[in-house]
Formats: sequence, C-alpha cells, structure tokens
Amino acid sequence: MSDMVCNIVSGIVYLILAPVIGGLLAGIDRKISARMQRRVGPPIMQPFYDFFKLRDKQPVAVNKAQRFYIRGFLLFAILSGFFFFAHGDLLLVIFTLTIASVCFVIAAYASNSPYSQVGAERELAQTMAYEPMMLLVALGFYLHCGTFDAKEIVQSPAMNFIYMPGIFIGLCYILLIKFRKSPFDLSMSHEVHQELIQGALTEISGPTLAMIELAHWYENVLLLGFVYLFFTWAPAWSPVLGIAMCAFTYFSDILVDNCCSRVKWEHMLSSAWVVTLAAGFANVAFLMYMR
Amino acid sequence: MCLPGLLIGVPLLAALLVFCIRSGGARNFITIIAAVATMALSVATAATYLGQPAFISLPGEMPSTVIMAVDIIVALAIFYYTMVKFKRCWIGLLELLQLAMILWFEHGAGHGIKVAADLAIDNFAVIMVLIAGIIGSLIAIFSNGYMEEFQKEHPDVEDRRPFFFFVIFLFLSAMFGLVLSNNLLFMYTFWEITSFCSFLLIGYTQTEEAINNSFKALWMNLLGGVAFAAAIVWLGMQYQTVELSALLKLGQGAKPVEMIVALLAFCGFTKAAMMPFSGWLLGAMVAPTPTSALLHSSTMVKAGVFLIIKLCPLLGANHAGMMTMFVGGITFFFASCAAISQSDGKRVLAYSTISNLGLIVLCAGIGSYAAAWTAVMLVIFHAISKSLMFLSVGTAEQQLESRNIESFDGMFCALPNLAKCMIVGICGMFLAPFGMLISKWAAMKSVADAGNPVLLLLLAFGSATTLFYWTKWLGKIAAYVPAEENREPGIHGVQWLALKTLSALTILSCVAFPLLSRYGVTPYVSAIYNTTADVISRSNLLIMSVMAVLIVLLPLGFSAGQKQKMVVTNLAGENTGDNLSYRGVAGQTVQVSLRNWYLEDWFGETKMQRYGFGLSLLCMILAFAMMGGGVFHV
Repeated sequence: MSDMVCNIVSGIVYLILAPVIGGLLAGIDRKISARMQRRVGPPIMQPFYDFFKLRDKQPVAVNKAQRFYIRGFLLFAILSGFFFFAHGDLLLVIFTLTIASVCFVIAAYASNSPYSQVGAERELAQTMAYEPMMLLVALGFYLHCGTFDAKEIVQSPAMNFIYMPGIFIGLCYILLIKFRKSPFDLSMSHEVHQELIQGALTEISGPTLAMIELAHWYENVLLLGFVYLFFTWAPAWSPVLGIAMCAFTYFSDILVDNCCSRVKWEHMLSSAWVVTLAAGFANVAFLMYMR
Repeated sequence: MCLPGLLIGVPLLAALLVFCIRSGGARNFITIIAAVATMALSVATAATYLGQPAFISLPGEMPSTVIMAVDIIVALAIFYYTMVKFKRCWIGLLELLQLAMILWFEHGAGHGIKVAADLAIDNFAVIMVLIAGIIGSLIAIFSNGYMEEFQKEHPDVEDRRPFFFFVIFLFLSAMFGLVLSNNLLFMYTFWEITSFCSFLLIGYTQTEEAINNSFKALWMNLLGGVAFAAAIVWLGMQYQTVELSALLKLGQGAKPVEMIVALLAFCGFTKAAMMPFSGWLLGAMVAPTPTSALLHSSTMVKAGVFLIIKLCPLLGANHAGMMTMFVGGITFFFASCAAISQSDGKRVLAYSTISNLGLIVLCAGIGSYAAAWTAVMLVIFHAISKSLMFLSVGTAEQQLESRNIESFDGMFCALPNLAKCMIVGICGMFLAPFGMLISKWAAMKSVADAGNPVLLLLLAFGSATTLFYWTKWLGKIAAYVPAEENREPGIHGVQWLALKTLSALTILSCVAFPLLSRYGVTPYVSAIYNTTADVISRSNLLIMSVMAVLIVLLPLGFSAGQKQKMVVTNLAGENTGDNLSYRGVAGQTVQVSLRNWYLEDWFGETKMQRYGFGLSLLCMILAFAMMGGGVFHV
C-alpha cells in the first residue's frame, strides 16, 4: 500500500515540477542557442512570460473542434508522464504518448488549412519515424530487466546503458525528432527562418497555443526520464549521473539543432529507420541472445 | 444439445425461406426476425456454455451420412460453376481432388474410426458464436436497407436479393457449424460451404471483374481445402482419429504431428488471406458492402484464424510454428505498409484487415499462453471495430457517391453522426486504450518472450505504419470543412440501428475489457495450457479501462471553456471568407482542395506485395521442405 502512495506522490510531484523544469529547459535552450549564435538571448524565464501572455490573450479559433483536440493532447501528454513517474508500465507510457501525438496531429488536420495540414502530415511522418524506436526502447528494457516497470528498471544491478548502448543511440536520434530540433523540426519549429508559417501551429493561437507549450514541457521532461533510465541503477549516487546525462543529452541536442538545417521528410524517415534497424535492432538481438 | 442444432438450423431455415419467398416486404420481415432469433440464440448459447465447456457426440450413422451428402452437393455446385457455367475447369479439379480424398478416406480407412466428440463448445467457440451471431446478424439487418438503396443506385445490376440473403444466412449457418465442430470432417464440410458462399457473394453483381474476383477467392480457398482434406486423411491414417481435440492431445503428448498441423495452418492462411493469398480479400470489395463487412469482420477470415488459434498449443518453436509466425509477421508489416498508399476507403480497410489478421496469426504462431490470449482478444476487437468501419464506409459511399477517403472531406459537417461512428471505429482499430492496442501490447510482450528479434522488428515497424494510415484517415474526417447540407436523412433506419449498435459495442468492449478477459478468454486459454496467469496485470487493465471511459467522456466537454472568437483560416492571407477559397494573384477565386500523403514511392502497393508475397511464400516453402525432409527420412 505504501508503495502505491509513494508512486502516486512521485506522480504528483511530476505534475507540479515538470512544467517548471520544462519551462526552464526551454529558457536555457534559448539562452544557449543565442550564445551559440553570438546573441545575448532572452532571459531564462522568457518561456514563462510567453506562456502567461499567451494565456491571457483573447481566445481566437478557426473552429470549435481544435481546442478540444489540443486539450486531449495536453491531457494525454500529462497522463503519460504521470504513468512514467508513478512507476507505471513503460509500454503504457509510450502508448499514452502516442495518443497525445495523435490528438496533436488531428488538431492540425481539423483546421483544414493548407499550412496546418502540411504540418500535420509532417508530424505524422515524424511519428512514424520515431515510433518503432520508442517501442524498441521499452522492449529493450523489458528484455534486459525482465520488466516494463520503471521502478524496477532503476533498481537493476548494473548500469542499463552498458547492455543497451545501441538502443540509447537510437533513442538519442529520435529525441531530436521528439524535441523538435533541427534537422528534424519538420512539423513546427521555434526557428522562424526555416518555418512554413508555423506548420502544424499555423491556425492555433492564444490560450490554445499556451496549452501546446505546456504539453511540450511535460513531454520533454518525460522524454528525458527515458534517458535517465539508462544511467541509473542500484547505487545511491547513480541518480546524479542519470540527471547529468539528461542534461548532457539535452545540451547535445541544442548543439545539433544549431549546427544543422532542416532535412526533407524522406531523409528523416529513412535515416531514423536505418538507425532503428542498425543500432536498435542489433542491440535487441544481442539482448535476446543474452537472455 | 438442442442449442447448437438450433444455431445451425435457424439461419438455414431463414435462408431457405428468403430464397423461396419472393416478396420484398416478407423478405425484410423474415430477415429481421431471423437475425434477431440468431442473435438471441447465440446469446443463449453463450449463457449456457460460457465457462462450462461441453463435448457433444452425435449418435448413429446419420450425421456423418448427412455431412458426406452435403460434401457432395457442395462439390456438385462447384463443378457446375467451374466446369459448366464459367468454364474454369482447373478450379474444378482442385475440388475434385479434395472430394476424392475425402470420399476415399470415408469409405476406406476412415469408416471404422470412432469419434468421441463431434462438437466441442468451449469458451473460444462461444466467443466465435457471439461474434458471428451478433455482428453477422447486425450485418444482415443492415443489408436490408443497404441492398434496397444499392439496387436503386445500380439499375444495371440484376436484382438477386433473395439469392443474396439466402447466401448470407447459409453462410452464418455454416459459420456456426464450423466453430462448433470438433470432428474435422464436419469442420471441413462447413469450411467448404463458407468458401463456396463467399464465392457466390463476391460474384453478386456478375460484372466481369466480380466474376474474376470471385473465382480468385474460390481457387485460393479450394487450395486451402485440399490441404485440409490432406490433413484429415493423414491424421486418420496415422493416428486413427479425426478429432481436433485428439490432435491437440497427440501433439501435446509429443507425437510427431507437425506436418498435419502445418497443413491445417496452411489451410487457415488461405482463408485468413495471409500473403500471398491476400488477393482474394482485396478482390472481395467488388461485392456490395455488407458482403465485405461479413467476410472481413465476423465470418470468413475469422474462420481461418479460428482454426490456427485452435492449433495454438502445437505451434511455437517448431517448423509449423515458425512458418505461422513468420507468415503472420510478414503479412502484418507489408499489408500495413501497403495500406498507406491506398486512397480507396475499402482498400485501406481490406489491407488493414489483412494486416490485423497477420498479427493474429503471428500471435497464434508463437503459441505461448500469453500469445494465445492475445490472439483471441484481437479476434474479438477486430471483428467489432472492422464491421463498424465497413458499414460506415459503405454508408458514406452511398451518401457521398464515392468511397475515396479524399472525398470524405468535411464529413464531420455533412454527416456528423456517421463521422462519429467512423471515429469510434478508427479509434477502436488502433488507438490506446482501445482493444487493438492493448492486444498489441500483449503481442509485443509475447514476441519478446519468444525471443525472436526479427518478429519484434516487424511488430515495431508495423505498429508505426498502422498508426500512420489510421491517423491520416482520422484527420481527413476530423477536418472541419463547412458543408452546404446535411446528408444524413438519406440513411435508412435499419442502417442506423446496425451502426449505432456496433459503435456501442466497440465502446463497451473497450470499457469492459477486463471482464471480457476474465470470463471469456482466460478460462479458455487456461484450460488448454493448464495454467493461469495475468497477461497484462490487473492494475494496468484497470488503468486502460479508466482511460477508455475518459476518452468516451471527453467529448462531453467539447465546447466547455471560454468563448472563442471565430476567424477564418490562413489561406495565404487572402481567404475569401468561407474557408473554401482564396483570392489568387490575379484576383481570381481559387478553390482550396487538400490532399493527403500516400507515399507511393515508399509504400506502393505492387512493391509491398512483391516483397510480402515473396517472403511469406519463401517461409512456407522452407517450412514444408524442412518438414518434408524430416518426415520422409526419419
């Protein structure tokens, strides 16, 4: 029983802290990117200012359905993170995250505007590109640790990364897509210079847009949670390493973001699948052999 | 005892009645009464036998004589169509071959074989009875309204509705017989009847395309029939039995029955439209929609997977099992890829059926406890959501005069309720926490446990492609395009009845998922494997159920929240005000038309078929060659 209470408490801690961390990460991201481009950059708190400003704007929409789907996106993004941090089942987390992305895509489709639809289709192609690797990540943990339960995974006797380097590489690759970083920021991007009228976000504004920002913050923290699983095992100090590796991964993604320009969707899909095949599959085959 | 008889008899009687009575009003009446009676009977069967499996032996010589007579009648009918009417003699030869085998066996070696149980009614059979009974009957009711419209819209097609309903009810009757049989000779007969009925249904319109496709279905299924007959003869000659349950016991007792199992599995492949036999199911779309719904969801293809799932304990890490899981896995992946490149709604559905059947066959091939559980679960969810999808697309086709997904633009405004049914169906097909995804979850677990990385890969990539084509479709329906008029009044009342019942069933089955597992599937699987385990832990099942309820309740808050100011969409900044057109550079008005992605270069149909056919054929040839070597040299 106390286990369950503990799980729920850690889930609730996620609910409260994730937007703070996610927002800060976004702020740091903008600051670092700016410094990489020899600009001063906005203050680190800027994403929060943006968020509150958006929230207070007059609600403007092209149809009634849009906001409904975006709410679904936010809800399921939060829910999947909650499952993860409440030590739920990894596959359940990934499936719930999938519902969230489907809601987002549908919201973009619903507006029936050309730019938005291009964004929706690209987002969908992105989903197709990263989905196999996401599943392999969960399956890799299952094969190695014998469980989909995040709580048991972080208690494993040795560092998971040692047995799953290929899967980690695969995860890092698709994290670029999930974080919406160049070269894979096809469906929407914060970089104005390579954006097709904001892609999937074209028809979304004000409070609805704020909801999307919030959902992304939640989502990003969840995704870094996956990275954390690779570097945390039985010793009490290993969470520090886990968090350090999360920071490192995030920083590398910012670096890559600033070094690359957007690729075509064909390249994204084929390269993501090739990485999944080469790194993920080889690793999974190895884990199966080890069992 | 009398329930199984009624279950087979009532649809048969209805079939004869609708065939003889030519008046339209009376036929409608009989169809509805018979459908309701069938539904009630299947529920009664479930109430009687759920959790209490029964083996029934039919006394005397009568039943087997009747069965043999039916064999001969079906064969004669097939000879008539293949040799006399349409002159495709080689297809008739396939039938001749199997008939000769069966007759020779019955009069020689098979004559003295004692059968302990002709019928076996376990939980799986009950589930199949419910699927065929409820969904099949709903489709029959739907057909009433649909076929009336169909004949109006296609004046060039001869009105053969009495014949149509005759075949539909005959089909249902045979389906009940098939799932209840334990005696393989009985099952074979019903198998042949379903093959023949599907041939008749596909050829309904008698256009050249329909006739060609119906013969394609016939020869593929007869090929399966040959394998079935060969399996029966082999089993009878070697082990002096023709019972499925006995075959399972032999196999579990480590007797070499691999070849027999492989032959039966092959037979299941043909009926379940595994690649390379997927062609007949795609061809079946030329028939009126209720036919496709019936073939794709509750009957025909389900008979194929039914047989393979029954063999589940004998599959696994042997040649037959390897063949089954790889053919299933390959079909799952390539069919879901091919679905991406299709814009015809029914073709997408057909490929999705093939792909889902592949998943079921893959699970059955793994043959573990969890995999068997998953396979049965998938059968249930697929049957319900797929029938809903077919009937929705059929209805949309009648109202929009096209079944191209691209013309479903604005369905949300023109056919709001139908769009909702379709959304429920699509979500049921692929979205968590609805059934299919829970099953996929269990499938992944089973594949990981089976230790086959290639299958895992097929599963992971197949899931991604499945997600792509369904979401694409969902997006098309959800697109908010202002419509000029509501077209829903054109839909017949009985059609609504079927659509709404199926939507409710889809939702219900998702919410009541844990119960379905506990009282329906788990007892069956535990009985055949002699163990009990939770495939997905109770707490996770509960979470999923709660999520399903959440998704169902969400739309209630559809318009909650602050009032929003409505604006027009961004069409290069020059929207004319109705979201449908914009002002071009020369000041002219340009209509907006949006098209989806089909990724033809990547997932083109021919390409996917080439790979899929080649690979699964290779698997089959390899498996049979290896087994053949083993059988003849040892």
